[in-house]
Amino acid sequence: MITPFEVIETNQMIGQEKLDVRTITMGISLLDCIDHDPGRLNRKIYDKITRLARDLVETGDEIAKEFGIPVVNKRISVTPIGLIGAAALKTPAEFAETARTLDRAAREVGVNFIGGYSALVSKGMTPAERNLILSLPEALSTTERVCASVNVGSTRTGIDMDAVMMMGEAVKLTAEATKNQECLGCAKLVVFCNAPDDNPFMAGAFHGVTEGDAVINVGVSGPGVVKRALEKVHGQDFEVLCETVKKTAFKVTRAGQLVAHEAARRLGVPFGIVDLSLAPTPAVGDSVAEILEEMGLDSVGAPGTTLALALLNDQVKKGGVMASSYVGGLSGAFIPVSEDHGMIEAVEKGLLTIEKLEAMTCVCSVGLDMIAIPGSTSAETIAGIIADEAAIGMINQKTTAVRVIPAIGKEVGDHVVFGGLLGAAPVMPVNQASCAEFVRRGGRIPAPIHSFKN
Amino acid sequence: MSRIIITVVGKDTVGIIAKVCTYLAENRVNILDISQTIIQEFFNMIMVADPSGSDLGFAQISDDLRVLGEEIGVVINCQREEIFESMHRI
Repeated sequence: MITPFEVIETNQMIGQEKLDVRTITMGISLLDCIDHDPGRLNRKIYDKITRLARDLVETGDEIAKEFGIPVVNKRISVTPIGLIGAAALKTPAEFAETARTLDRAAREVGVNFIGGYSALVSKGMTPAERNLILSLPEALSTTERVCASVNVGSTRTGIDMDAVMMMGEAVKLTAEATKNQECLGCAKLVVFCNAPDDNPFMAGAFHGVTEGDAVINVGVSGPGVVKRALEKVHGQDFEVLCETVKKTAFKVTRAGQLVAHEAARRLGVPFGIVDLSLAPTPAVGDSVAEILEEMGLDSVGAPGTTLALALLNDQVKKGGVMASSYVGGLSGAFIPVSEDHGMIEAVEKGLLTIEKLEAMTCVCSVGLDMIAIPGSTSAETIAGIIADEAAIGMINQKTTAVRVIPAIGKEVGDHVVFGGLLGAAPVMPVNQASCAEFVRRGGRIPAPIHSFKN
Repeated sequence: MSRIIITVVGKDTVGIIAKVCTYLAENRVNILDISQTIIQEFFNMIMVADPSGSDLGFAQISDDLRVLGEEIGVVINCQREEIFESMHRI
């Protein structure tokens, strides 16, 4: 029988420490929607998404009520549109129309984001994938809920530097196209290296071609729970610190596993994975930076930050892997600047720089995330930032990503304010030396030596 | 339906347990275990109950108890037992 202590602990985690299931994401394969006619393609896409995801939001809300744990977001990911649209869509404008179709489908079923307006071009790109990349500014400025991602490199294939340069330009143009909405388009655009096929978190979610027809992936969160647990072992040695994170991650992930199974059963769709990421929100007490500071740092960004994040990431994985039968996605700690009030404060005090964040991305689960940079930053410099992150991912066999927001018309010291879960970001300084000649060489970077394992 | 955990938290007053139990009895929800403490005048009750004999569904019981809690001046929450089992049992 469950003891009163256990009931109280769980409800305290949910009520006061902001434990939640961050997202139930339904992955939907669109491979069977492929058609040579753009109108028919869009109709099939709309019909399949609205048919499979019709009950997604309601089911998520029911589960939340029955278990008493909030299910914050209900979302959809689809097969990369760069593949699905290849036969029918011959221009960037035609691709953007399919993005608007995804937007309409998302609106119809009531999900707040739909991911998979994506291209996987780690070795090279088809004309369709080139058109999708060229369509990004229009697609992201004429839709509300569509999220886009482009995978430009992997450990097995190397890095497509032509794609990196194109993405530098796409990020800049998307910022221009959405400058009246605080350059919001760039908050929905991720550039990956080693993108996972089953990530449930936006903006980088897509339904990989290795997946089945439909799948339920769940992302759990709970930085506040980890922080509160660490407060109780304040000042104790690293063994105790690591054990505490691990045990807490176990409990958090078990809640996610339960919700994932329930959602899969009720929707009649197979369960895929639980992604056990610590994803902050702008709320106080829901911050990854606060965890690192509770470990003993004055501020995130101080020397020691990289190790603190590394051990957090590692212990979260160790606890989570035991708790769920299938762990996947990104699984680790997220460090999005705009979505974490502790990160924002550190940037504003000058204690956290892009260079330190880059070091942190070597040991955490994603990359340079939700960082505002001056609007005057050139496409080449953005491409250089993307290239550096891709290099870290490629060499270290991990996922890395870049989601930067060139704040058009703003300079260091200004802010961009998105509101909601996306938060607000102070514009951060970027190294002013040019990398234009380097990133414009063209071609691709060969796969690293440790990829030859066959 | 599986067992449910009912938690009641609020300022102590006469008849909290009686009112909750009366509702459960009238709707044939079987009480398996009750633990109750008062911490600094705050009433804390945790009840394990089996609703399988009841005609009401989980959502109805949960809504009724929430309303009852508002009448008495306490917060009553209903949750399915699995959330606690999954988090605290290997």
